[in-house]
Amino acid sequence: MDQQQALQEYLLRLGDSALILGQRLCELCGKAPAVEEEMALMNVALDLVGQARNWYEYAAELENQGRSADDLAYLRDAHEYRNLLLVEQPNGNYAVTMARQFFYDAWHYFTLKALVESSDERLAGIAAKALKEVTYHLRRSSEWVKRLGDGTEESHAKMQEAVELLWRFTGELTSTDEVEKQLATAGLAPNEEQLACDWQGLVEAVLSEATLELQPEDAWMYKGGKQGEHTEHLGYILAEMQFLPRAYPDAKIW
Amino acid sequence: MYAQLVETGVKKIKSLEEMTPEERNFQEKVDAEVKIEPKNWMPDAYRKTLVRQISQHAHSEVVGMLPEGNWVTRAPTLKRKLQLMAKIQDEAGHGLYLYSAMETLGADRDEEIEKLHQGKAKYSSIFNYPTLNWADMGTVGWLVDGAAIVNQVVLQRTSYGPYSRAMIRICKEESFHQRQGYQILLDLMREGTEEQKQMVQDSINRFWWPSLMMFGPSDDQSPNSQQSMAWKIKRKSNDELRQMFIDQTVPQLEFLGCTAPDPDLKWNEETGHYDFGEIDWQEFYEVLKGNGPCNQERIATRKKAIDEGTWVRQAAKAYAEKQQQKQQSAA
Repeated sequence: MDQQQALQEYLLRLGDSALILGQRLCELCGKAPAVEEEMALMNVALDLVGQARNWYEYAAELENQGRSADDLAYLRDAHEYRNLLLVEQPNGNYAVTMARQFFYDAWHYFTLKALVESSDERLAGIAAKALKEVTYHLRRSSEWVKRLGDGTEESHAKMQEAVELLWRFTGELTSTDEVEKQLATAGLAPNEEQLACDWQGLVEAVLSEATLELQPEDAWMYKGGKQGEHTEHLGYILAEMQFLPRAYPDAKIW
Repeated sequence: MYAQLVETGVKKIKSLEEMTPEERNFQEKVDAEVKIEPKNWMPDAYRKTLVRQISQHAHSEVVGMLPEGNWVTRAPTLKRKLQLMAKIQDEAGHGLYLYSAMETLGADRDEEIEKLHQGKAKYSSIFNYPTLNWADMGTVGWLVDGAAIVNQVVLQRTSYGPYSRAMIRICKEESFHQRQGYQILLDLMREGTEEQKQMVQDSINRFWWPSLMMFGPSDDQSPNSQQSMAWKIKRKSNDELRQMFIDQTVPQLEFLGCTAPDPDLKWNEETGHYDFGEIDWQEFYEVLKGNGPCNQERIATRKKAIDEGTWVRQAAKAYAEKQQQKQQSAA
């Protein structure tokens, strides 16, 4: 894989994770535990879908095959999606929603922080804009993990369960494959050890402050999202999200 | 909009002579267009009516997210998805300012929401209609937000200060939503396939009459209007507002190349207004009573959200208290 192909692949990973999590958050519209949360969830989702569009636009330009950002979002099947397994997991209760958000935000924050320094200017520019938004996302989800972890007995139990439920999907956040290694070497993408170390450090700190038990270091991890091998959930997410362009393939405008 | 048939609890409007000095002072301020502020004296019935009106309005914003939430996961392009998400976010924001405006009257948000869930408080009847195709996201913006704006522009001059200020802010955003909604329809009509054009006409057919119903019953069936007008929490009658809406909407409808499902709709040279057919008032009252196509689902969804969120809100409160204790013991 040459460097440009690796970069295209990487842009899809960034875009797909943001889009799929944004889509999951859209499912919560009208169902949040308070009106303030309705606003905040939609706000985060809006940021993520906006970021996905920026990553896709760049990916489509590099690809130069006449595909648009919308084509990338709406006309690829599950095996062509490159999002993290974590973000396709169902919303569950609010503890699951927030644990998923926090694990992702922590990864997203450190990834973007590194990408701001990328030798690819366009990549660095998109990352810089996204980083402002994600700094807020991370602050918010960290707060919620602490609130629920150190709130009531019930919320503590639910948050602990959520951490245990989702932990198996976090290994993928901090382990890199050939694509990412190649880009890291070229100064385009984050360095694996650094990212893993930052993520681990922050997650441990927040979980401890939230009085939550840390998970064993040797816990078995599920991976594959970044390479296109997903959980059963993604197919349904796409079936819903892509319904209109798929049902009306002749439509040129919406 | 968003508030239809608000009870005032007043049977007969008092003349200035019949009023106590406080009431008189209040009414004279209202008559002189001086805004009433939270700390000012106000008649109890005025306060209660406003709480009902503003809470209905706030509930409508929040319930109104549901018909859009029905399509936000299926928006057909990233641009349309982002627009719809931004609109929904604005509506949650409107709900919040309105609940805050309501709380300045001494009402409690949780109690008012509880009344909604028990079926004791109303919200706009329009949100009890389903959104069945994508064009509905255009029609809701154009007709529903359009009808809301006609009402809310007038309410910017409402006598209660916090409500008036909330309306000014909300109107700006609603106008933007309305233009965006119309643009969805215009794009589909101009460049869409036959199937897409049919979606638009089908959507207008379904939303036309319910949008006209948003202005509430006709003036002769509107027993509370007179007191609300005297208090200037309502500034134009239901029929006047409905006529304004029709007059401004029909040219837009024609520009789209669509039709309204009303054979009696036609321009009247003599009155300078559009004539239109009789609204199905039986349907209107049935929907208000809870018998619309989606009343039960809308309330069930809202109730479930709040009920299932109880432990979350309790946790947030418990955490905040613990943090406060920590700070105090550290000090």
